[in-house]
Amino acid sequence: MIAQPFQYESPGTLQEAIALLQKYGDDAKILSGGHSLIPMMKLRFATPEYLIDINRIPNLAFIREEGGHIRIGGLTREAELEHSELLKKHYPIFGDVTQLIADPQVRNMGTIGGNLAHGDAANDHPAVMIALRATVLATGAEGEREIPIDDFFYGFYQTALSPGEILTEVRIPASAKGTGSAYHKLERKVGDYATAGVAVCLTLDGSGKVGQIGIGLTNVNPTPLRAARSEEALLGKPLTDENIALAAQFASEDCSPSSDLRGSEEYKRAMVTVLVKRMIHKAAARAKA
Amino acid sequence: MNKQITVTVNGTQHTLEVEPRLLLVHMIREVLSLTGTHIGCDTSSCGACTILLDGKSIKSCTVLAVQADGKSITTIEGVSAEGAMNPLQEGFHLNHALHCGFCTPGMIMRATELLEKNPNPTEEEIRWGIAGNLCRCTGYNNIVKAIQYAGAKMRGEALPSTEPEFV
Repeated sequence: MIAQPFQYESPGTLQEAIALLQKYGDDAKILSGGHSLIPMMKLRFATPEYLIDINRIPNLAFIREEGGHIRIGGLTREAELEHSELLKKHYPIFGDVTQLIADPQVRNMGTIGGNLAHGDAANDHPAVMIALRATVLATGAEGEREIPIDDFFYGFYQTALSPGEILTEVRIPASAKGTGSAYHKLERKVGDYATAGVAVCLTLDGSGKVGQIGIGLTNVNPTPLRAARSEEALLGKPLTDENIALAAQFASEDCSPSSDLRGSEEYKRAMVTVLVKRMIHKAAARAKA
Repeated sequence: MNKQITVTVNGTQHTLEVEPRLLLVHMIREVLSLTGTHIGCDTSSCGACTILLDGKSIKSCTVLAVQADGKSITTIEGVSAEGAMNPLQEGFHLNHALHCGFCTPGMIMRATELLEKNPNPTEEEIRWGIAGNLCRCTGYNNIVKAIQYAGAKMRGEALPSTEPEFV
């Protein structure tokens, strides 16, 4: 399959790339890892007239700890996230999620920025970013702006990014003592989109009560979803079986999965219940380790 | 508008005029006539088109030729001298790790990076490592054995048995 013809631009600086995006507006698409965009272009679901390849822009791929935050460049590849010692130390959830994203070759190309900016509720990073309460940094002609993850996903393939902006960084608070995080998705085969996926990040205080909690859901809603009622059900409480069961029940009620080849709505809600419980237990075990 | 790119493929530099929409796999197969790299699914699922781009295994059906400008590519034709076999090729040959052979070039290119990053992988690591490559003939067991064989050979250790496995 061959994409519709387009003009290819490969700017060497962020400023140049933003200028091109400003100039071409809606007719342009950003090429990051390309493993969502190029398949869509080959199927002619996406027919951009201009392709702005940001891969030759320096300093957009990094993972570092700075000022109490973990900072991840938008162009950082999944394979780099998968093998990062810094992320393993702070948030082992990155090891969980990257191993479940596509396959090794795709992870050599795919980027965290692309995974988020694509705005697909079936992608895995959005739920993880919701659980970690990340902030997305977008750079445009007017400079950089911070977008809290809860304001980032608007609707079906819609994000808060404007056509002239590039997702340049993801910022996550460095993990506090007693923090554990975990992600799992049910998939039919390796590399599949989630039948249902759940990300949990929690911090336990000295008495074993939940000090902070974030729960994100993958592919069971038109947008990536924060399980807000589940979080409230656990905040400030001990992780008893009853509390966990209630949180899992709330998540299954508050999502809105559609029946498709991966399963019926009822089945997906049931899987959300199971995965919320499992991920809370897994995150809690890591928090105590 | 065509774009001029320079790529080094299996050690030879080429300067080419390409359409931006030309896929890397089509450049390799149709422009450079290196047909060892196969097109299976054309949707980045099967891994038959796997090559090394600056040493990293990627699926060349989902990368544009223009993205490879200035980069180095290794295809199956470049892994060993004409008439010779490298440890992975030898491992696949001796362990009966191919039947129709369609997936083999992609498997070998993927396993090349796998063994470079992890010279002594466990069976589980090998199976996860080739999760992006489909084989419809072998059932994978002999492919895993072939990669283990190549790993042992590259580490200079005693070679595992290459007796075929009958199930």
